[in-house]
Amino acid sequence: MSVTAFLTDSTLCIGCKACEVACKEWNGVSLDGYEWSGFSYDNTGAVGASTWRHVKFVEQAPAVGLGGNSGEQASWTFSSDVCKHCEEAGCLEACPTGSIVRTEFGGVFIQPDVCNGCGYCVTSCPFGVVERNPKDGRAFKCTFCYDRQKVGLVPACAKACPTESIKFGEITSLRAQARSRIEELNRRGMDDVNLYDPRDTSVGGTHAMFLVRGDPRSYNLPPAPDVPTVYQKKAWTSSALASALLLCGTLIAFMSDGRRNRNTNHGS
Amino acid sequence: MSDPLPAPNATRDLARERRLEEIRQQAEQQKPFQIVGNRPAGAPFPVASPETGYYQVPLLKEPPWTWEIPLYFFVGGAAGAAAVIGAIADYTGADRKLVRDARWIAAAGSVISPALLVSDLGRPERFLAMLRVFKPQSPMSVGVWTLVGFSTAAIATAFAGHLRDRYGPSLPLGVIENAGQAASLALGLPFSNYTGVLIGATAVPVWNRNVGNLPIHFGASGLGAAVGILELLGHRKSRALQALGLGAAIFESWEGARIEARSHPALDPLKHGPSGWITRTGGALAGPIPALLRSASLLTGDKRSQSLRKWASWSSVVGSLITRIAWVYAGRVSARDWKLPLGKESE
Repeated sequence: MSVTAFLTDSTLCIGCKACEVACKEWNGVSLDGYEWSGFSYDNTGAVGASTWRHVKFVEQAPAVGLGGNSGEQASWTFSSDVCKHCEEAGCLEACPTGSIVRTEFGGVFIQPDVCNGCGYCVTSCPFGVVERNPKDGRAFKCTFCYDRQKVGLVPACAKACPTESIKFGEITSLRAQARSRIEELNRRGMDDVNLYDPRDTSVGGTHAMFLVRGDPRSYNLPPAPDVPTVYQKKAWTSSALASALLLCGTLIAFMSDGRRNRNTNHGS
Repeated sequence: MSDPLPAPNATRDLARERRLEEIRQQAEQQKPFQIVGNRPAGAPFPVASPETGYYQVPLLKEPPWTWEIPLYFFVGGAAGAAAVIGAIADYTGADRKLVRDARWIAAAGSVISPALLVSDLGRPERFLAMLRVFKPQSPMSVGVWTLVGFSTAAIATAFAGHLRDRYGPSLPLGVIENAGQAASLALGLPFSNYTGVLIGATAVPVWNRNVGNLPIHFGASGLGAAVGILELLGHRKSRALQALGLGAAIFESWEGARIEARSHPALDPLKHGPSGWITRTGGALAGPIPALLRSASLLTGDKRSQSLRKWASWSSVVGSLITRIAWVYAGRVSARDWKLPLGKESE
């Protein structure tokens, strides 16, 4: 039993969506319909209640020369997105039922038999991962294949990935692997590879890291995610101030009113 | 509802495991996409870039709450403030009927609030899951426990007071009434404004940008509503209520001016589009309109004054409700904004 993570290497991803299929089959994730998005070959759009793994098809303006691109072709990279399993998880902090827990593998897991569908985790996720299933009413997201990890198996998506673009393993060794992979790619002339692992933000690092080409923002990976817990100090201070104002205001209003009433009664 | 960890079933699990291998093999047989598409010059192909993000798909998910939640914000705010007014009015020896009415407003809000929350959850027994734990780091958990304590206290106070008025004082009734009143005062204070913390401490940009102000704003809004309801029940001669109503309306006017004065992309939902107009309507009804009507009522004769206060009360109550709807609506619009999470401008 160790603290595990995903490392999703977009330079190896071929966009086959085997991870999406494997995830759906293993976890019995519900259907998300057939809607054409018009965004490259991606018709799922984003991770959500019915999409726990999601392959992004990132068509970019060509970076000429890189990866054999010529001027008139689009540069095309794929990247399999997933719940980030934050170190400081907004959903976990916000959950009022204790349904969302940290597992022994470091992942963030929603216990479906405890979740009551309040939806507060949905508003608290800085990555927009958790979503309420409209039919069922409860919130769903990637479980980090807690059931499989429990018995020593790798998550379904990592198992089904034919190119080992989705790497799964112990978190520190994956970080080392990511560094050596970047060095290797740089040596081979691909100098725009970045590791997305927001460790110096309030999220405190994630258990799902991404190797992407170019700016992570093209992949909808936010440069400065904040766990909403950081706003609480300000919020409760303001709440205490509001309570104090209400108490003092009401006291002053009624006490001065009462004195006036007594005075008039006395006078009459 | 399935068990989170189904009991191992060797044959079935083996078949499922083999199926994962099949998926992998199938994927391996497919070659990587080899389509070479030519991009016609000027064609509107969507492109992912650091500026547009991933095809302008919103990163954040919209708050999934239904109509019950903004209504709950309104009812809870008014009930909390009414309990505070009732308790202080009682302690300072104000008009007995005012105390009674304020207690009944708090009690009514205490019944309606959980009903609204249960309705949003879809299945009543799901509300009980909230009561498994107390989590200080979750504003919703703190809020639910405040609601439970407040409701119990406010309902007990109102009923004990009612029984005492009807059947004469007795020791147990007196104890329940006094303890309930003290508890509903202590819990009514945070209950009237915690909803500002609830939405302020989230990932939704327009909410968390106003986190330092939302609780005070919602507290003033709840006070305006409670005073309005009390005046509509006939307490239009109370100077204390007039002062509180005027204070709330002036604060709400200042809050509106504050929103209008600041300029930031994250605040756009409060100023532009349908959510902007709802915010402005709520702000005008809760702030300047009752403030002017109440100021005018100070200068006129008794009968005219009461009529002006009645209109000010209607305006405050409706304004408070619209303000809550506006903030929830603005949160939805804000979550849809794909630009905000990509670039974090400095303060």
